[in-house]
Amino acid sequence: MFDLNNIRKDFPILERTVNGQSLVYFDNAATSQTPNQVIDVIADYYRNYNSNIHRGVHTLSQEATDAYEGARKTVQNHFNAAHPHEIIMTSGTTHSINIIASGYTQILREGDELIISAMEHHSNIVPWQMLCERTGAVLKVIPMSQTGVLEMDVYKTLLSEKTKLVFVNHVSNALGTVNPIDEIIKEAHAIGAKVLIDGAQAAPHIKADVQALDVDFYVTSAHKLCGPTGVGMLYGKESLLNMLPPYQGGGEMIAEVRFEKTTYADLPHKFEAGTPNIAGGIAFGAALDYMNGIGFDTIAAYEQELLDYATEQLKSIDGVRIYGEAPQKTAVVSFNVNEIHPYDIGSILDKLGIAVRTGHHCAQPIMDFYKIPGTVRASFSFYNTKEEIDMMIKALKRAIQMLE
Amino acid sequence: MSIQEIQDEIIEEFAMFEDWMQRYEYMIDLGKTLPLIASEFKTDDNIIKGCQSKVWVHAELKDNELEFTADSDAIITKGIIAILIRVFSNQHPKDILASDTSFIDQIGLKEHLSPTRANGLVSMIKQIKMYAIAFQTQLS
Repeated sequence: MFDLNNIRKDFPILERTVNGQSLVYFDNAATSQTPNQVIDVIADYYRNYNSNIHRGVHTLSQEATDAYEGARKTVQNHFNAAHPHEIIMTSGTTHSINIIASGYTQILREGDELIISAMEHHSNIVPWQMLCERTGAVLKVIPMSQTGVLEMDVYKTLLSEKTKLVFVNHVSNALGTVNPIDEIIKEAHAIGAKVLIDGAQAAPHIKADVQALDVDFYVTSAHKLCGPTGVGMLYGKESLLNMLPPYQGGGEMIAEVRFEKTTYADLPHKFEAGTPNIAGGIAFGAALDYMNGIGFDTIAAYEQELLDYATEQLKSIDGVRIYGEAPQKTAVVSFNVNEIHPYDIGSILDKLGIAVRTGHHCAQPIMDFYKIPGTVRASFSFYNTKEEIDMMIKALKRAIQMLE
Repeated sequence: MSIQEIQDEIIEEFAMFEDWMQRYEYMIDLGKTLPLIASEFKTDDNIIKGCQSKVWVHAELKDNELEFTADSDAIITKGIIAILIRVFSNQHPKDILASDTSFIDQIGLKEHLSPTRANGLVSMIKQIKMYAIAFQTQLS
């Protein structure tokens, strides 16, 4: 049973005021808020068993190692990976992507082709451009339609025996579009290319099953799904992770160090040099437990209600144009009002206690596509309410009145 | 008037506003009414790209004083630019270099000069100071 009032009590930050107004937090796609259940896990770690993992024989180290490896299993179970060592704990999505981009430097040849989509976040564009510069590989882009849907026909024509890797986000951060990753993966595999799916925006709304998808790499960040910042994961198929070289050298990632030659540790440690974000990793597990406790189907159904309501309310305002009208969307609505600059709307909404994101959302190619400087983006979570949407609409009307 | 005198005058004017709404309405008016830069100077060379809004700045030395013209694609940013230009334009480079922008805090617009806003204003102030350094060298 979905009890919104009780859920909101789990998030202490929702009690606070901003500029003298009750906070309405609609910037969930940038980072989600943290429930007490996760905050308590972090505090408990530092209060009771803070110590380095994987190397001490003492009790604290054992407890911390058990909790951290327990969290890895939680992540494994959540994404249905075949093995816990296929889950690499990272500092977040960007780190995860860079591990793969760096790893393919020695593997790619000049003229090889990589495919990304027109609706990627900069973090799923720039590492691949850098990889292309290092290797002479060529980047191809799947275009999108005005409604913010990938043109799959064009995608199929881009695929060839030259294609080595395909990178697409599961959900677009700026538009909310849910991409047909099932089909993208199947088509890529049919010609022997590997696929990385950026799940940063999908993870808080959709439970991805990496085995069912048969995806090669899936990456996400904990802070998008009620966990802390600075921690995330890279899922990779065992055979591929074994094939790739380590990303960083250091402690933890070695089997044996001699000055003549060092041998690397087995998975997952090969990619986890140095002391990790231990409290963050444990809290990542706690965040998944918390969300699974509510249930992803329940969350998705309620967020769809919020999205439909917000879309309908926004459309009732003269001059509102919504960007991203894919049939399948997560609870994100990106919009502008007539020629008003999104920065002006965002500044006034902030004064009225409404936290939305404005700007290009680290997805400049999308803004260039629509020929706009940016958008106002409201992104909802399961702890938001329709009353909060009403408050945003009221505030937006006031902002329009001031600015026009 | 000196930079300090203009800043004091602005602080006094803003003290008359009762709340943030009035302050914002005033800035929006400033942003809407003022033509701040000649179109020939609204070039890519003069652009400061923030994540949020764009700012154009142009500087010229006239009778040992620096004259600034500027513009932005966002109205509130433009309103703040109008205030900054009122303070810094037609001043001697050495006076510009000796001044600061703490008056912005006192008129309740501090958040717009925060680097996290990425609206181009922080870079604009840096740019004003850079012009002042450059023209000061030219004068001495």
